[in-house]
Amino acid sequence: MRYAMAIDTKKCVGCSDCVVACQTENNVPIGYCRDWVVESVAGTYPLVELEIRSERCNHCDNAPCVRCCPTGASHIVEGGVVMVTPNKCIGCGACIQSCPYDARYSHPDGYVDKCTFCYHRLVKGGRPACVEVCPTRCMYFGDLDQPQSEVSQILARRKWKVLAPEAGTRPQVYFLV
Amino acid sequence: MSTRRDFIKIAATGLGGLALGAGSVAWFRGTSRWAETAAKAAAGFQGRFTTYCEICFWNCAGWTYTDEEGRITRITGNAGDPHCHGRLCPRGTGGVGAYYDEDRLRTPLIRKEVNGKQKFVPAGWDEALDLVAERLKEISRKHGPESIALFNHGSPGDHFGHLLKAMGSNNITAPSFAQCRGPRDTGWYVTFGTGVGSPEPTDIRDTRCLVLIGSHIGENMHNGQVQEMADAIDRGATLITVDPRFSTAASKSRFWLPIKPSTDLALLMAWIHVLIYEELYNRDYVERYTYGFDLLKEHVWNMTPEWAYGITTLQPALIRETARQMANAAPSVIVHPGRHVTWYGDDTQRARAIAILNALLGSWGSRGGFYFAESVPVPNYPHPEYPTPAWSWQDLQREKYPLAGLAVSNVLVEASLKETEANRRIRAWMVAGTNLPLTIPLKETLEQAMQDVEFLLVVDTMPMEITGYADVVLPECTYLERYDSLRSSAHREPNIALRMPAAEPMYDSKPSWWMAKQLGDRLGLGSYFNYADYTDVLEWQLQQLGTSLEEMKKTGVKKFPRTSGPLYFQKGENYTFNTNTGKIELYATELAATGYDPMPVYTPHEEPPPGYYRLIYGRAPMHTFSRTANNPNLTDLMDQNDVWVNPRVARLWGLENGQYVYLKNPEGIVSSFPIRVRITERIRWDSVYMVHGFGHSWKKLSRAYGKGANDTELMSKVTIDPVMGGTGMRGNFVTFVTEEPVAKEAES
Repeated sequence: MRYAMAIDTKKCVGCSDCVVACQTENNVPIGYCRDWVVESVAGTYPLVELEIRSERCNHCDNAPCVRCCPTGASHIVEGGVVMVTPNKCIGCGACIQSCPYDARYSHPDGYVDKCTFCYHRLVKGGRPACVEVCPTRCMYFGDLDQPQSEVSQILARRKWKVLAPEAGTRPQVYFLV
Repeated sequence: MSTRRDFIKIAATGLGGLALGAGSVAWFRGTSRWAETAAKAAAGFQGRFTTYCEICFWNCAGWTYTDEEGRITRITGNAGDPHCHGRLCPRGTGGVGAYYDEDRLRTPLIRKEVNGKQKFVPAGWDEALDLVAERLKEISRKHGPESIALFNHGSPGDHFGHLLKAMGSNNITAPSFAQCRGPRDTGWYVTFGTGVGSPEPTDIRDTRCLVLIGSHIGENMHNGQVQEMADAIDRGATLITVDPRFSTAASKSRFWLPIKPSTDLALLMAWIHVLIYEELYNRDYVERYTYGFDLLKEHVWNMTPEWAYGITTLQPALIRETARQMANAAPSVIVHPGRHVTWYGDDTQRARAIAILNALLGSWGSRGGFYFAESVPVPNYPHPEYPTPAWSWQDLQREKYPLAGLAVSNVLVEASLKETEANRRIRAWMVAGTNLPLTIPLKETLEQAMQDVEFLLVVDTMPMEITGYADVVLPECTYLERYDSLRSSAHREPNIALRMPAAEPMYDSKPSWWMAKQLGDRLGLGSYFNYADYTDVLEWQLQQLGTSLEEMKKTGVKKFPRTSGPLYFQKGENYTFNTNTGKIELYATELAATGYDPMPVYTPHEEPPPGYYRLIYGRAPMHTFSRTANNPNLTDLMDQNDVWVNPRVARLWGLENGQYVYLKNPEGIVSSFPIRVRITERIRWDSVYMVHGFGHSWKKLSRAYGKGANDTELMSKVTIDPVMGGTGMRGNFVTFVTEEPVAKEAES
C-alpha cells in the first residue's frame, strides 16, 4: 500500500479551507499549520500566469526527516505515511532543518508536528480532512498500489509534477498542471 | 466637538460573564497532544447538531460537532445540502472561531453618563429590554411607529423585522440592496420580469461557457458556485473573465480580458453588436421570447469592437473571438450577473446589458445557462395581522427611485437627518447583524444620521464599530448557540434547512428570537409572539411542511419535489414573462416609462487625477465583509489586507514589497491605518486593489484593530444609480502616503 495525494492546480482557488479544516480536525494551535497555500505568479501584465498550490508534508519515500531523527520519533507507518510520535520527540529540530519542503513546525508543547495525511481517519477507512472539505474537489487521495484508486487514475490521465524532485526525496504529493 | 452621542469604545466588562474555564479558547489552546486528539477522534464525538452557516449569506447547511465535554470542536458541511454538497468553505469551517472569539459581546450595554463622560455600563437583560421598550414606545407615540427603521443582515433581521412589523412599521432595509446587488436585480427585473435571487440560479454545473465580469468566483467564496465552477473547469468549459485584475478566476480562464476599469458597459455593448451583426444570436429564442430586437439592433449599430477598443483597451479581435465563443456554446452559456455590482452609478444599465446578452444567447431558462429555481413557502406561525403603516420606505423613494424594489438604505439614512426637518421621518434605528460604518459609504452623512436619531439599538455578536454609536447594545449569541428561522432556499430542488444550538449561549448572550419576543411582550404585542420557545414555531411550521423537528434534527436538510415544472424551457414552449409586454424586454418599456434609457448607453466615468489610482476592492475567500475580521481561525489565515500595486507604479513611488503606506484620496481623507504593499503583476497600473473589510478602528476587536486599511472610509465620492439608488463605489481614487501622517486627534 502506498498512500499519495494529487492536487489539481487548475481547480484550486487557494481558499485555504484545507488549512482551517486541518486545524480544527487535528487541533493545530492557532498560528501554526500543517498545510498551507502557495501562490506563484509569473509574467508581466497582462501576460500573467498564476499557480496556486495547497502544500503539506510530501510523505517522501526517501524521507530525510526520518533518516536524521535521533530518537526514532519520526518514522514511517503502513502506507508510507511519515509520522511523529510526540512523546518520543525531543524537539531537537533536525527534521525541520532536513525537510526541503519546510513542512514541519515546532509545536508549542515541545515536539515537532506536521501533516499525517489524517492517519487517524485513514485507519477508519476515511480520507484526510483537507480532501474531504475542499470545495473545488481539487484533491485526490488514495493508494498508488491500487490502479483503480482515484489518485492512480488521475495521475495516469493528467500531466503532473512534484516539488523539488532534485532533492531525491521521492515525494508522494503530486501537483496536476 | 460635543455631540449627543459620543463614540464609545466598549470597555472590558470584566470576568463576570466568563463561562468558560481555562481560557475562552480552550479548544485550541488546550494541552492535548496528538495522541489525545487521536484518542478523542477514535472514541467518537459526543454530538452532532444541525445548523446552517451564518458567516455569509450563502447559508450552507452543516453539522456542528461537540466533544465529550460538550465543547464545540468543528463544523462540517451537510452532504445533502445543495448549497454546499457536504463541503463548507474556509469561513464555514472556521465558524468555530465566531463562537470562541473572546472579544464577543458578553452582556447588554447601556449608554450612561458617568462623571460627565459617556460610557457603556453593563446591564441585566430586564433593565436593557425595559429601556429599549420604553424608548421605542415613546418614539412611536410621538412620531408614529413608522419612524422606527431596521437595518439588518442575515437571520437576526427575521426576528426584529417581525417585531417592527408588529409595531406598525415596514421601514426595513438591508445594505445588501443599495450597497450590493440591487442594480443587478433591478436590471433583471425590467428585462426578465424577475430578479436574479440568491443563490443565483446559474447552471454552472452544466455550462459550456462561463463569462465573469468583475465577478471573482473563487475569491468570493459563494460555495455552490465555486464548486460548480470547479466542475465546469473539469469538464473543459470555456471561461472568459473580464477584470482589470488578474483574479483567481482569470487565472483559470481561457480568455482574460484585462479591461480598463469603469468601461465594462462598452465591452458589453460591443459584444451585443457582434452577436447581432454577425448573426450569432439565438434567432428562435429571440423571436419567441423577446421584445425590441429591431430597436436594439439599431441602437448598437455603431458600437463596434473597434469603438470599444478605444474605450476598454481590449483588442477588437479578442472582443469578437470571445463573443463567438459565447455563441458557440449557446444556449449553454452564462454571462454571470455578478453580485456586488454597485460600482459606477450606471450599474442597473450594466446589469441590463448583461441581461440582454443572456437573452440574445438564449441562456435564460436553458440547460447550462440559468435554471428556474423553486423554493418551499414556509407558512408564517399564526399571529394577528400586522397593522398597516401610515407610510413606508416606498413613499420616501417613489419619486426618486421608482424602480427600486426594496428599501434603499441610504434613503433611510438621509431621512434620519435633522437638517432636512421636512424629511426627518426616521427617529430611531434598530441595527441587527450589520456593521454600517464599514458598509455604507459617505461616512459623514452616516455619522450625522446616527447622531440625529433619538434612539439607536444595536444587536450583534461582536463589538463592531456600529456598537459605538448605540444607546443600547444587545449581545446576540452566535448561530452555533441558537435556533433560528428555517432556511428555505430557491434551488434546483426546493429545500429547507434547520439551525439548532450545539451549545448553550456563552456569557450573557441571547438569541434574537428571544430578544424580539421579550420586546414584543413589553410593547403589548404578546399576541405576535404566542409561543414559549422558538421550537414551538419551528415544530408548527415543520408540521405544516409534512415533517417534524425530530426529523429535521436528524437530516438537517429536507428536499421537496418541484411543483413549478421543469428546470428549463421545453422546446418550443411559450412563456409569458412578468413584464409590460410579456416578453423579455431588450427594449425596457418600464425604463422608458420612468424616463431612463430604455437601452444601455455607455457614458465615460471620471478618470483618476495624476498621481492617483482607482481604488478597486474585492473579497478574500477566508473573510466575509468586515464581520469575520476578528475571527481567530480566519485571521490566522489572513489578518490584514494588502494594497496590490503594479511593479511599474511601485518603481515610480519607490515602494517595496511588504512596506506599509497610508492611502489618501483627492478629498484629503487618509486611511486610519497603514496598509502593506503587495507588488504584483496581477493588477493594472491605473488601479490599486484591496480586499474589503479590514482596517477596523475598534480596539475591542483585538485581532482586527488597526490591521490593514478600510476601503469604505476612503469612499468620499459615491455615484448614485439614478434607477434604483445604489451607491456606486468604484469612482474613488487614492494615492500613497509613505510618511506617517500627523497624529490624529485621539478618539474619545
